[in-house]
Parts: sequence; structure tokens; C-alpha cells
Amino acid sequence: MGPGALAHVLRQLPRPTNSQLLVGIDTADDAGVYQLDATTALVQTVDFFTPIVDDPYLFGQIAAANSLSDVYAMGGKPLTAMNIVAFPICSMDAEVLLAILQGGQSKVTEAGAVIVGGHTIEDAEPKYGLSVTGVVHPEKIWTNAGAEPGDKLILTKALGTGVLATAARAGMFPEGVAAAEESMVALNKTAAEIAGRFTVHACTDVTGFGLLGHLSEMAVASGVRMEIDSQKLPLLPEALEAATMGLIPAGAYANRDYLTAVTIRPGVATSLGDLCFDPQTSGGLIICLPEIETGPALEALKAAGVSSSVVIGSVVAKGGGEIYVY
Amino acid sequence: MSIEVDARGLACPQPVIATKKALDELPDGVITTIVDNTIAKENVLKFAVANNCGASVEEKNGQYYIKITKSAASNGSAERSETAPAGQAVYLITKNTLGHGNEELGGVLMKSFLHTLLEIKPLPRALLFINSGVYLTTDNSPVLDHLKSLAGQGVQILSCGTCLDYFSLKNHLAVGEITNMYTILAELNGAATAITL
Repeated sequence: MGPGALAHVLRQLPRPTNSQLLVGIDTADDAGVYQLDATTALVQTVDFFTPIVDDPYLFGQIAAANSLSDVYAMGGKPLTAMNIVAFPICSMDAEVLLAILQGGQSKVTEAGAVIVGGHTIEDAEPKYGLSVTGVVHPEKIWTNAGAEPGDKLILTKALGTGVLATAARAGMFPEGVAAAEESMVALNKTAAEIAGRFTVHACTDVTGFGLLGHLSEMAVASGVRMEIDSQKLPLLPEALEAATMGLIPAGAYANRDYLTAVTIRPGVATSLGDLCFDPQTSGGLIICLPEIETGPALEALKAAGVSSSVVIGSVVAKGGGEIYVY
Repeated sequence: MSIEVDARGLACPQPVIATKKALDELPDGVITTIVDNTIAKENVLKFAVANNCGASVEEKNGQYYIKITKSAASNGSAERSETAPAGQAVYLITKNTLGHGNEELGGVLMKSFLHTLLEIKPLPRALLFINSGVYLTTDNSPVLDHLKSLAGQGVQILSCGTCLDYFSLKNHLAVGEITNMYTILAELNGAATAITL
């Protein structure tokens, strides 16, 4: 659901307090972190959604890559995963379910983790995702809250999966749709491993709230102001054309309406601005690190095959979470 | 001719698809797409603008009646906006220099050409940039100021998306909009005069 509606509900819940809880819901992070002992903390996350592609195996892969990403975005290593499935077993072939689960398993295996179980319910529309548990050293957690003025922001995957998923439903822009699928199945594992060699001040992954939604969470949690260069944003092929054609998912508008601290310079093309709010599935990592390490980090990311990686902007000052897109 | 597209109750992208279908079927005339939410309204408007059609919206009891005007002669561009220039010439610019012979001279000539174009009335309707022509509409272009002046006076500056991709310039577009072959052909077909450079 959209960030506005969700925040309204979450505000009404009592804040959990526990000395072992290192990362809770306060900073809108990707996963919760619970300390077990001096060197180990658990990273826990869950995510599931309705099919965004027709191919069930591909859908399983994308859902798993998306769920695993939250552990990577916290600096963690995924260990175990549990499937969450809703499926219309009366009206849909069980082979479809098998393919979804096979797709998911392939990505969990690629991540070096293991599926330990799951839960399935009957539902009119298929839904799939995973609850993933990982570990992280308690002193090496990447939250949203550590961005500092002078830092640079690296984005590791191109934008536009929401717009291109909409284009896919319209039967348009097949080249862009194929590129989006390829991007969505890619794990953020390598990007996170490379980032781990550098001084990561903050990290998150770009998913449903769009680039600016997740940047905004980071800016607010860190108490900083950011500037984003719209000309630097990595875009999936045909994403801009699809956005220009009005193939923009409802979520992009919800994200835009919620983000009041974001200013887009009037000269920035509308379609490019729309892509900044486009909800992403299994999007890339936003890695916030000191400027001096930016060059070597980018080089290492590209050398390791995370080829879309690019510096998209910087943390310019202390602030209240303002973002300026120019 | 006019077509009414009732897209109320449809989730995106269906209102855009239904409008596209109507637009494809209609040689010229008015399409009225009716939608019941602001998201569909914005998306259909974006679609109309992307297809060089005139568009206006009327709200009645929370329903949006989007009137899209397509004209065969000009592919709708005459009604595109009030700032549209009077001229109907369209230039297809196929490289970043002007003429054959010497590249350096060609660069000087292109600069001079676009500068002089600003002085000619009526201004052209659109400049379409393909192949290495897209070097003129992106960062580091020697003629960015001229093109921005033309754009400021209502001349459409359109760069071929495939070409920008090919030269890895997509993120460096500095003036105008990205376009596709469909729009390029529609512009050329709809032009009173089409000039290829």
C-alpha cells in the first residue's frame, strides 16, 4: 500500500521497546534487526505481492530477489527463507504453483540461503513472496540513518520497472519490458558484497515507494538534505518513452502525493520526474558513502558486473529530509 | 468524427490503451475519454500530449471528460498549444554537422544554420534529431543555446530515443523531448514542408 496510508496506521500502534532491538520501525528501514550476542544480530524481513509478470517461474524469481534484497540492504547475509503463498488451487494448474516455487528456490539457492518451510492459503489471485532471515554484525548494520553531509549516493540498478510492468499489461515496449525483467531477477548480493568493502554510511533498496520515497526515508532518518541530478539517473530502455505515453502505475502518483519534502526543478522533464516516483520491484541499492570512496566503489561495482551503478546525487547539508531534484 | 471512450472503472493502463485504440481507429476528429479518477486522467492527458493531440478536461461530478482532438493534416499539432509557431515546416536533422566535405566546416555551418533559423519567420514547427544529430540536443552540444531559444519560442525539439541509446546519451538530453520513429514519421507526414539535412 502507499506510504501515506501505511504511515497513518502504523502511527496508532505502540512503539515496541526492547534492549535487543537494534532496528525497529522508527527509521522506516528495510528489515528489523535483533541482537543475539556481541557479534551476531538477526535481520528479518517479509515481502509478498501479486504477479507482475506472466511467466510463473520468472515471477517466483523476482519475488525472491525482492525479498532477499531487504537483508542485503541492511548489510546482512541471508540464511533461511520461508515461502508465503496465496494460490487459487481450484481454478489454476498446480504446475503454475510449482513453477513459482521453483523460481523462488533458484534465487534463494543463488543467495546461499535455504528454504526451510512456508505457508499456503487459497485465494482468488496468486500472491508470492518470502520471509527471509539473515545475520549481520551488530556494529556493521547499514540503516537509513547514517547519511552525512558530503556523502555521495550510488544507485545500483536502472529505474522504470513499475512503468514497464504497466507497459507489459498494455502489450507495449517489449524491449523495455524484457530489460526490466532481467533487472528484477538480479540479486543485490554482489552490490552489497562490494559495498561491504567500503565505508557505507547508509543503505536501502529501491522498491514500492520509488527512488524518491526511499531516498526520502534515508534523508529523514539521517536528518539531512539531498540533491539528485536527474540527468544522471540510470533508466531502463524505453522507460522514458513509456512514462511519456502515460503508462504510469497508480503507485507513482501515491508516492508523489505523499512526498511533500521533495522539490523537482521545473525544467526537469515530467516523464523523468514521474520515473523518480515510479514504484520499483526488486530495485537496486542506494549506497550512501563518503565522496572520497565513490570512485573506487563505482569501479569495483562495475568490475563485478553491477553495470548500471552510477552516482545520482549527494547529501548536501544537515536538514529535515528535503530532496531537490535538478 | 467523434468517438467516446468510457474508461470509468478501468484500472491503469486500460484507460490509456482504450484511448490509444480509439486514436488509432480515428483518422481525425475528437475522442472523449471518460475516466473516474485523477490518475487515469493524468495518464490519458500524458498520452494525448505524447501523440501531439490537443486535449482539454472537464470535470462533472467527479468524472473527468477528456476531449482529445486529432487532426489528420497536422497530426493534431495545430491545436497542440497556444504558443505553437505559425510555420508548418519540419526539419529532419540526420547528423551533427551540415553538409559533406569537411567535418570542422560542417560544425561551423550547423551552428550558423541554427542561429540563422532563429531569425527566419515563420519558425519551423519541429526539429527532429536522428543518428549523430542527437549530439546537438545533449550536454556538450555547441548549439544548445540556439535550440533552447527555438524551444522557448514553441518549436518542438525531438530527439530519437534509439539514437540517444546508441550513443549512450539518453541521460544527457539537454533540450526538448525524446521521441520514437512513430512520432518522427507522423511529424514528417503531417508537415507542410519537410526538409532533411
